[in-house]
Amino acid sequence: MSKAFSNAKKGELFELKAELNSQSNSTRKEAVRKTIASMTIGRDVSGLFTDVLNCMQSPNIEIKKLVYLYIVNYAHTKPDLAILAVNSFVRDSEDPNPLLRALAIRTMACIRVDKIVEYLLEPLQRTLHDQDPYVRKTAAVCVAKLHAMNPELVQDQGMLDSLLDLLTDGNPMVVSNAVASLMDIAEYRPDFFKIDSPLVMKLLHALNECNEWGQVLLLDALAEYNPRNHDEADAIVERVTSRLQHANGAVVLAATRIVIANAEKLSSDEKRMNSLKKLTAPLISLLSANGEFQYVALRSIRIINQKYSFLFQNDVRVFFCKYNDPLYVKFEKVELLIALLDESNSSIVLQEMNEYASEVDMDFVKKSIEGIGRIALAHEASADKCVELLVALLKAGHDGVTDQAVVVLKNIFRSYPQRYLSVVEVICNNCESIGEPDAKASMIWIFGEYAEHIPQVVELLGELMEGFSTEPVSVQLQLLSAAVKVYLARGHEGKGLLESALRLSTKETYSTDLRDRGYAYSRLLSCGDEVARKVVMNERPAVSDTRGEMSADLQADLSRNMGKMSSLLMRKSASLRSPTAPPVLTVRDSDNLLSMGNDELLMIDDGPTDAIQGRENGSEQFLGTDDLIGALPSVANGSQPPQKDAKAGNLLDELFGAPGKRIDRQALERVEISFNSSGPGVSSSMLPVAPATAPARAQPLPPVDDILSLPATQPQK
Amino acid sequence: MVASAIFILDSKGKTLISRIFRGDVDADITGDFCARVIDVDDESGLKPVFRVDSKKRTYAYVKHSNLYVVGVTVRNSNAAMLLEFLNKLVEVFKEYFKEVQEESIRDNFVIIYELLDEMMDFGFPQVSESKVLQQYITQDYHVLEVPRPPVAVTNAVSWRSEGIRHSRNEVFLDVIEKVNIVISGNGSTLRSEILGSLMVKSLLSGMPDLKLGLNDRLQLSQAGNNRREKSVDLEDIKFHQCVRLSKFESDRTISFIPPDGEFELMSYRLNMQVRPLVWVDAVIELKATRVEYLVKVRSQLKPRCIANNVRIRLPVQLDADTPSFKCSSGKYKYVPAQDELVWTIKQLKAGRELVMRGRFNLPSIGENQERDIATKRPITVSFEVPYFAVSGLQVRFLKVMEKSGYRALPWVRYITQAGDYQIRIV
Repeated sequence: MSKAFSNAKKGELFELKAELNSQSNSTRKEAVRKTIASMTIGRDVSGLFTDVLNCMQSPNIEIKKLVYLYIVNYAHTKPDLAILAVNSFVRDSEDPNPLLRALAIRTMACIRVDKIVEYLLEPLQRTLHDQDPYVRKTAAVCVAKLHAMNPELVQDQGMLDSLLDLLTDGNPMVVSNAVASLMDIAEYRPDFFKIDSPLVMKLLHALNECNEWGQVLLLDALAEYNPRNHDEADAIVERVTSRLQHANGAVVLAATRIVIANAEKLSSDEKRMNSLKKLTAPLISLLSANGEFQYVALRSIRIINQKYSFLFQNDVRVFFCKYNDPLYVKFEKVELLIALLDESNSSIVLQEMNEYASEVDMDFVKKSIEGIGRIALAHEASADKCVELLVALLKAGHDGVTDQAVVVLKNIFRSYPQRYLSVVEVICNNCESIGEPDAKASMIWIFGEYAEHIPQVVELLGELMEGFSTEPVSVQLQLLSAAVKVYLARGHEGKGLLESALRLSTKETYSTDLRDRGYAYSRLLSCGDEVARKVVMNERPAVSDTRGEMSADLQADLSRNMGKMSSLLMRKSASLRSPTAPPVLTVRDSDNLLSMGNDELLMIDDGPTDAIQGRENGSEQFLGTDDLIGALPSVANGSQPPQKDAKAGNLLDELFGAPGKRIDRQALERVEISFNSSGPGVSSSMLPVAPATAPARAQPLPPVDDILSLPATQPQK
Repeated sequence: MVASAIFILDSKGKTLISRIFRGDVDADITGDFCARVIDVDDESGLKPVFRVDSKKRTYAYVKHSNLYVVGVTVRNSNAAMLLEFLNKLVEVFKEYFKEVQEESIRDNFVIIYELLDEMMDFGFPQVSESKVLQQYITQDYHVLEVPRPPVAVTNAVSWRSEGIRHSRNEVFLDVIEKVNIVISGNGSTLRSEILGSLMVKSLLSGMPDLKLGLNDRLQLSQAGNNRREKSVDLEDIKFHQCVRLSKFESDRTISFIPPDGEFELMSYRLNMQVRPLVWVDAVIELKATRVEYLVKVRSQLKPRCIANNVRIRLPVQLDADTPSFKCSSGKYKYVPAQDELVWTIKQLKAGRELVMRGRFNLPSIGENQERDIATKRPITVSFEVPYFAVSGLQVRFLKVMEKSGYRALPWVRYITQAGDYQIRIV
């Protein structure tokens, strides 16, 4: 079967070969088309190289273009044969028709074969001074192409100077392509080309003449310039502001980037306010574009909003979600609603969020409920209203909604301990409808934490304990902790519960985490209830929400790159530097971590972003299960800042290493101290809060599951 | 600095067309794309821009019908420009072969290669004016006659070629305003805006220079016009690239050399509280075996204005059947594929109120919770009101100046349409 197939294929190639060599123009044309069609769908037709090359002499421009395309595609596999095409290219580059001249050098510069590069030099030099602007603009880009292949050659031939000459060309498109080319080369060699003041004025002038793409290219280049004084900044911003009215969103965003970058350098506060205020309307207008571009606009607004929130404060309604918005647009809008919430608009925003919580799409529903919870943490004045909404959602009892509401309420309990006691009862009454592990874990944590206020807590947990073995580890860990807390709060009443929890987690489990924690608790309890209470019922570090705020450092970096990839990924631009560009001084441990998948890697890689990532992805953003225990984080996490490590480490050795050995009280007090001082979640020590230059290797590589829980244990400021 | 390659993928992520502009990516992105977009179950992770770290590549894509148009880069490229370019690409394809679908992409691969080559060079966008492109990239070349690139390609006026001739010099202006409105269940307007656009069809010879006068408040005051004309606050305007932006910035004059044929001269957005022009009130009652609808529609237009082709789309439960309805005017149609009941009214005169009532049967089994979901979708309404611009915008004049000195006739029309017109159900 397979043989027949390959024969058929061979036959087809054979046929094509014959047709390519046919005398008839139309047959040849059809054959070239067929060949390219095969190439397009990924079939290897490189065997026809010489035959296709023969068709290159055709006067028909369509055939010519197709043949060129073919050569570009296969030249690197047949470098020796590709040389045969050179004569034809060189001849075309001297053709009276500018279209052909341009086509010839454009194609030639795309062929990445060393030998051909040499033949390109002469035609390229010539076409850089061609009389036709269409050819010159093509040649300008060719210099960058050539530079990417052979930088020394470009330098030796003085082509960079020719390119610089083109900056004073009379044709706007030649100028914009020359600028783009120079900026491209400058990315490899930052020292070679700097935009200076006279050039800035020239580019600002050319801006009016260029087509939309040329404008973006010029604006991108202008954004790199750092004005020397107030007057220059004034002039740049003034000239660029008119671009905000352009129909092309990329032009608008590129202009916005320049206004933001120069805002602080303007000569007066009044000018600054005026220029910034002109941004609001055009940016909001971008929200009437298609979904993809809305996403770009919303992310840019988020970045600007952190620094200049007054720009959007009065327009909160434009960020209300439409029913048919794509999910990623809705998510961005919710983020903005949270960020923009203040005294004046809190009631309409919350009402709107509540509306979303009863939508159809479960992901969106969860995001909105999470949003309500985050508002409660970030904006204390709204907390009561948020809890009220969440309780109503809880009572409505829809699948998923209840779960998410409990997860969110747990965070609120952490932030405002003992304030919403009445809600505990509602949760108890609805505990039947809570199913997801996250939600269950949260609910059990609440049971444990408020054991004193729930009369039926022993029964409730008892029922849950019956299904212990079928629960995922995250829930089991919570059950164990809750049992300990109930025992400590209710004494004798909770003893049965505690005993079964300890037995199940130490004797009948394969999970080492669970077993370790089980043993840790039993050792702790063996030191007496008072000691255990001190450790377990210790005050929790408070959690809060920064409403997606990023570090000033990151914000500045993202504004500088507004509309670019890094700003959309919300990552530092340095992390996206191309592999060919000069390396930035960062030590990464990425190689060791590759096996863990991209997203984890991403968090290790570039510090501050993970805060955002974590908040976006994690439904459990404030505390991981380890935090939920509240008291024994280091036992689970195993990594501590070095100096503290010594203290805690010894003790843990004692806890684990020598069964039955008695531990002195003083030692335990010390553990307690170190727990407290280690701050919320131990992971603070291994989070890359240090600048990117800090060698990641210096820190102990945490075990896999710690990395996985990184977003969860992220300390919140 | 922009794209290393452009791909057109079908709905399964298979490559239909790929054009690699730089040597830093390879031709196979299907795996990456499937893993991050097509085969993703959890839609919440889906974003139009994403990065595959292991390959150090960043992707940006737009979805068009069943196709993905994808740009790939290894650098920190200008994503806004890339996405705008991909959109333009689709628009140009539309101009060339009407429908942009898998079939038409396959059939036209030759021209697509040519277009990609012309529109982008080494990843830098070059030209995207389809009118100009069509002058030198066509499907039917005359043999032996190689076209030359039109001067317009590189010119400052890159959107119009010289030597255009029309026997009657006319220019048509359409002011089209769309009302976007979201009304909450209790009848209050949550948000409303007007998106206006000024469409021009220019059939003018030579290189005409046009000047447009609107009743823009700032323009009027700049011109020292103190007559008490009704004026509109145009705060947020976007112009076609032919408009001289710096001129507008300095004295609010809208002057331009138009492209030939149809184009959108400007678009504007007014953030104003609009009274719902067409008011819909629906009561949907869910009973054990049926669901009852009582829908009222009322025109709140000015006297003498008529809303044409009013379509009211009401959400219907997934398992509903056998509709039986009565409308005081117009027709109803049940569209099971969309789970919608559509009530169509040809003409709705100012001040009129119409009623439709009726019911669907429901199978007796079925979860009420699932049925509830149907009513979470909003009611959407579409209509058109001719000879009326809801914002009050007026074209005061359109001056045409051309060196041959011909007289041109401008024609102006106004129309208001429903855009995103949503009414939430209680």
